[in-house]
Amino acid sequence: MRVATALRLALVALLAAFLAAPDWFEPVFAPLTENGAPAIYRQASLLQLTIAHLGTVAVASLAATVVAVGLGIFVSRPAGADFLPLSRAIVNVGQTFPPVAVLALAVPAVGFGTAPTLIALFLYGLLPIFENTLAGLRQVPAAVLDSARGMGLTGRQRLVEVELPLALPVILAGVRYSVVVSIGTATIGSTVAARGLGEVIIAGLTSGNTAFVLQGGLVVGVTAVLIHDGLLAAERRAMAARASKA
Amino acid sequence: MIELDHVTKRYGDAAVVDDVSLTVERGTIMVIVGTSGSGKSTLLRMINRLVAPTKGRILIDGRDTAGLPEHDLRRGIGYAIQGHGLFPHRTVAENIATVPRLLKWEKDRVDERIDALLAAFALEPGLFRDKYPHQLSGGEQQRVGVARALAADPAVLLMDEPFGALDPIIRDKAQEDLLAVQRRLGTTVVLVTHDMDEAFRLGHRVAVMADGRVRQVGTPADLLTRPADAFVSRLTGTNDRALKLLSVRPVGSVVSPGPADGPPLPETASLRDALSALLWSGARALPVADASGRPLGRVTLDAVLASGRVG
Ligand SMILES: Nc1ncnc2c1ncn2[C@@H]1O[C@H](COP(=O)(O)OP(=O)(O)OP(=O)(O)O)[C@@H](O)[C@H]1O
Ligand SMILES: [Mg+2]
Repeated sequence: MRVATALRLALVALLAAFLAAPDWFEPVFAPLTENGAPAIYRQASLLQLTIAHLGTVAVASLAATVVAVGLGIFVSRPAGADFLPLSRAIVNVGQTFPPVAVLALAVPAVGFGTAPTLIALFLYGLLPIFENTLAGLRQVPAAVLDSARGMGLTGRQRLVEVELPLALPVILAGVRYSVVVSIGTATIGSTVAARGLGEVIIAGLTSGNTAFVLQGGLVVGVTAVLIHDGLLAAERRAMAARASKA
Repeated sequence: MIELDHVTKRYGDAAVVDDVSLTVERGTIMVIVGTSGSGKSTLLRMINRLVAPTKGRILIDGRDTAGLPEHDLRRGIGYAIQGHGLFPHRTVAENIATVPRLLKWEKDRVDERIDALLAAFALEPGLFRDKYPHQLSGGEQQRVGVARALAADPAVLLMDEPFGALDPIIRDKAQEDLLAVQRRLGTTVVLVTHDMDEAFRLGHRVAVMADGRVRQVGTPADLLTRPADAFVSRLTGTNDRALKLLSVRPVGSVVSPGPADGPPLPETASLRDALSALLWSGARALPVADASGRPLGRVTLDAVLASGRVG
């Protein structure tokens, strides 16, 4: 536990240092370049690219969470049960339809930039949250629901006071997974001129500069790991607070 | 008082509860027994409308339950089930506070009630208030479930195999606690069970169900001495019927004047307990005392044996 915490702190410090002053790391990446090509991406600030990248992911994930959780709740009510197969099909298509193809289809409709990326990430992120919402609501013990009904909780009270709190850990796990996948997937947004870390990787690919590809990939990967851990820690803290608030 | 008036529940073509009429007097315990699938739970769940009757009316204190919004009706009826259904994310105190909170009781009143109920079910409030259900033993969970059902002073308490999963010693204790609380609060109870001993111990009256119909309703002694049909007599037990009969009659009913040696039996003990004590001590008679220890007379072996005979 202690070692893991130290490792994480070191990773955070390293990432912060790299984003604040990438030039310090020039000697690390220099061996990967040829013919005196630059070892550090300087067309734009790495820090700003990272912020833009995470901003896109945050907006898309938030929208996906609201829609997927809402849909999951709706189809698990008696009134919405008929829509379960349809919703599942739509959400599945959202996941299996390649994000690149979504981009290609979205650009003619909404133009270049962040908008098509948001659409692609939103669609791609729905499935894990939707399925986890369903699974989370289904695992609420039947006896608990029966006694909630028997004590006179209304449908809404049962949802808010019993079902959602008990499903929350599973729902949050779905959100966490979706966010992490989104951080990686968002790199393709740069193909349609969305600002983000994909820019660095694509610049590296088009100019044959391995140093660029590596630093773009590393920043994305490390950010994803750290955010995953951060969300997990926040979840655990919330559960622990709930379990000991008495 | 609960009145079921020609109540039927059909699922498709099958009548799961078939034209049942039954009255439970105010302040009494009605136990429903019967084989698995005979419709006991369905009957019980129609009283708080967790299941809607296909036909017939159910009245509580003269009022048709169909006339109230479901959740209002249920907040006035305690409901405890096997597997307790406690909210795992809420403490014992929060669980018990569920219905009082829905009814918007003041916090002080709720807190007082929680402590009183915990104490009534032999759960030290200071120790149990803030525990979570998973930190309790099965017996403690079940007792909290019953306490929760009683939290808002319901006039009616419905229980579906509430002690089914408990070991005999803990079940015994839970039954005793329930009887004491029921007597004190005067709650009208309808309890479903598989266990005939439990039925005879708790029920003022017992209804025997088979295939959705009530075959017989009566006191435990009625069912033992005058079973309506072969099914009822098979269910009430053919071998140990005499012992069962002794177990539903108190020592107080056969006390006679006269001396006897040995430790006194309480007048509320069953004749079965008295028989056991007589056999164990080898005496022909034992003294009987009331709750305060005042001697009332004696109980003789002959009197006990006579009580175990029909007619
Ligand atoms: N929602 C339902 N839909 C269809 N059939 C049902 C439904 N609920 C209960 N039944 C059927 O009604 C019959 C009676 O069920 P019920 O639960 O009342 O029995 P029970 O006497 O409580 O049995 P047990 O002692 O096993 O709990 C059973 O055959 C059951 O399969
Ligand atoms: Mg049942």
